[in-house]
Parts: sequence; C-alpha cells; structure tokens
Amino acid sequence: MSTNSEYSNGELQTIVAARSLAGKRSCFIGVGRPSTAALLARMVHNPKLVLVYESGTIGAKPYHVPLSIGDGELAETADLVVSVPEMFNYWIGPGRVQVAFLGAAQVDPQANLNSTVIGEYEHPKTRLPGAGGAPEIATGCAEVVVIAPHSTRTFVKQLDFKTTRGERTTRVITDLGVLEPVAGELTLTTLHPDVRVEQVRENTGWDLKIADNVQVSDAPSAQELAALRELVAR
Amino acid sequence: MAQLVSLSKAIAETVHDGMSVALEGFTHLIPFAAGHELLRQGRRELELIRMTPDILYDQMIGVGAARKLVFSYGGNPGVGSLHRFRDAIEHGWPMPIEVEEHSHAGMANRYVAGASKLPFMVMRGYAGTDLPAHTNVKPVVCPFTGEQLMAVPALNPDVSIVHAQEADRDGNVQLWGIPGVQKEAVLAAGASVVTVERIVEQLQPRPGGVVIPGWVIDYVAQAPGGSQPSYALGVTERDNDFYREWDLISRDREQFQEWMTEHGLNSVPTTTPAPA
Repeated sequence: MSTNSEYSNGELQTIVAARSLAGKRSCFIGVGRPSTAALLARMVHNPKLVLVYESGTIGAKPYHVPLSIGDGELAETADLVVSVPEMFNYWIGPGRVQVAFLGAAQVDPQANLNSTVIGEYEHPKTRLPGAGGAPEIATGCAEVVVIAPHSTRTFVKQLDFKTTRGERTTRVITDLGVLEPVAGELTLTTLHPDVRVEQVRENTGWDLKIADNVQVSDAPSAQELAALRELVAR
Repeated sequence: MAQLVSLSKAIAETVHDGMSVALEGFTHLIPFAAGHELLRQGRRELELIRMTPDILYDQMIGVGAARKLVFSYGGNPGVGSLHRFRDAIEHGWPMPIEVEEHSHAGMANRYVAGASKLPFMVMRGYAGTDLPAHTNVKPVVCPFTGEQLMAVPALNPDVSIVHAQEADRDGNVQLWGIPGVQKEAVLAAGASVVTVERIVEQLQPRPGGVVIPGWVIDYVAQAPGGSQPSYALGVTERDNDFYREWDLISRDREQFQEWMTEHGLNSVPTTTPAPA
C-alpha cells in the first residue's frame, strides 16, 4: 500500500483503468469508478473514445462524472439516444461495443461475477441489486475489464451466485494490482507501486497464481493525477 | 382514445388490488406522482414490475403494497442499496415478497414480446449463469440454424404507467431524452396511464422524440414535476441529493415510516373500488 506517496491506491486504480482504454474505439460503462476512469481516458489518452451507458446514451460526453447512468447530461451530450431494447438487441448483443467495464460483489478464479446475493438465493444474507445489464454485456462486448476492491470478501473461490460469465474478461483491475487470465485462471500479472505479492495473496480468497514476471504499474504521471483531480472536483 | 382526467381518477379507474402494474422510466421520467397516488389510494397485493425498482418501488415495497416484484436491477443508482427492497427480501419486512428477476436485456425483450403480442422473444443470454434456475426463461433451438438460444416470456402488465414531458388535448404523448422501455410498456399493457408535465395545443417534433398516439393510451393526466426526484429532460432536473438522502431515510424502518407518513404515503389499505 502506498503510504508516503501523493496519491491514493483508489486514484491509481482509476488511472490504470483509464490507461486500458488507450487505443480503444468504444467502452460500455456503469457508474462510479468505471465512469470516472472512462472520462479520464477521454481527457488524457483517447479523446475520441465512445462512451456507452446502458440507459441508451451512445457517445455521451459528460463534463461531470454522472451519479446515475441516466443523468440528463448523458442524454444531452450523446451522439444518439436509444431505447433499452435497442441498446441490448442492436448494440450490445451483436458486439458493436468493444470494451466493457464491470464491477461486482464477488469475483471467482475464472472471473465469473456475482452481483445477485450473498448467501443462499432463497434466504440471502445480503440481497444485492442483481444482474442489470451485466450478463449480456459480458458476452456481447469483445473485452471485459472488471474493476473491484481487492479483499477476500470480493475475490472468492466459489461464488454464492453466478450472475455473469467471465470468459471474455481480459483484466481485473484492483486497488492492489492487475489480474489477468492465464490458462483460464486469474493470475497476478501487475502490482501497483509499493504493493507486495504477499499482500495481494492475503487479500485473495483462493491460492492465487503469480505470473513469472510480475510487472509494476507506472505511478500516476503529473498529467494523469491533475486531470483526475480536476475531473472529480467539477 | 385517451381521456384527459385527473391523476386520482386515472389511477382509481385502472389500478385495483392484486393487479400486475408496471411503472416504467429508466432512471429518467420515473412516474413518482402516479406511484404515490397509488399509495394514497391504499392499493395492496400488487405485482410490481419495473426494470429498475429505484426509490419509487422501495417506497411501495416498504409500506407493504407489493406481493411480488419483477425486476432486473434493484439498486439506488450510483448510491448503493435499496434498503426497503433488501429488508423485504432478507427479513420479510413488512411482509414477504415474491421475486422474479431477469437481466436488463431479458426484461427489455419481455416488454418487446408483450408489445408485439407474441408469446416470447428470443435472445442470447442467461445461459451459463445461475439465473435460469431461478427465473422464468427456457432454452429454445433456432429452427433455421440449430443455435441454442433463450426464450423470455412476454410481459403483459394489467396496467402500465409512464411519465412524459407533454401531451396534446387528444392525448397524444411525446417524450424525449432517455426513452427506456416506456413505449413497449404502454403497448404491452391491458390498460395504460400516462402522466405529463404539461398539456400543449400541439406537439412540436423534438430530436429523438418518441410519440405515443392517444389512441393506444387509456388515460392521460397532468402531473407537473411528476417524475421528481427523477426528472423530465428539459423540464426538471434529477435530484441527485435526494437519491443520496434516501439512503439515510430508508435505512431505518421507523425513520422510513415517519417519512412516508409525513408525506401522506402510508395510507391504510382501502377496499378496491369496483372496476368501471
């Protein structure tokens, strides 16, 4: 964990996620950190990146980080606004959106996701919001990037409920590092600066495989950090 | 042909205890005023249908108006949990609720089937997840290619209620901004109510405007600000502060009840008026 640097691990997570959108054509995003990362990517790496929100706004160019996926600014700045059936049947299903950013309450070693329940389905300990658009987004988009906090609560060996399939997941970006599928199993490939391998293992609920050559994420550049802070302060 | 009536009359004429009711609006144009009127009239035992239950259904579930919920995403967008929804499912408070959940794509296609008066729609989805074991979908084989696909059953609510920016005096409705599944919900329903911000002499075409002709709508009622704390693009703004505040109001049962009583939304159930 970076203790003496001038940025938080959360900021770094957002910045690393934004970097993964360099050179991409379009990205499907939900609210929260994914949305912040995608807006940051448009500011720093990829001004032409097409942002797609499941509310039907395609090519949205919000100035502020939206609270909901249906904020007015998204519709007002979009290239086109479509109905929900059109969004899923014409745009997501046929694979017209290249990358998807997804979050989840639980992630398993195959990058399958749970956003439905913790505990038994019929008598859940915690009822989560449910599937939303995720299942079809994860099978429609060519690449899925999962953004999640790194803890044993989130990274579990066995999901309580499989909401979303993980086959298309190319990266899982956490506040500690990056996991990528190697031979079908999420493997630690990148550590954030000042994070130790042991720390990542301790925060993963299975015996995490470690890549032979673990890379270290570049620390945020002055430009990235300034842009992120300016964006969040808007 | 749509009749222009008061909101209370539109609800009293269409919604009775035990019915399946869809109040749609995808983050935008959520028909809060109509949902609140339904609570004021004391409706109970409802099967509530909505892709994103949002604060409105959290309120309706929290006072015990729903026996069943059909949905695809039960969160407070950008904020977190819907606490009344969770309490009903996790603890059966104030009463147990039956749940039927889908993905957004599944719900959207169920409305499309309903609007088309087809028994089902076909899609790629659900397969390989735990959803099919817990919800109402069935695998189907494409008769042309042999591909295994998923069939989702038509959704035909007894009543659908949506909110729009404007209507003319013949009850032709126009909405613009995020169109959600409102047109599909109206066309899928047995009866429909549209609340509008304003009545105009003539609808002016808007970019991206969705027109629903008055002859497929039963009742149009004027309800200015009727989607707050959601919004009607170009008329009202989403009250994001209230969405955050609701997290605190709804966390605690008593505080929730006080808030609902204070806002006149905790009516004692009444006998259903006889259908007209």
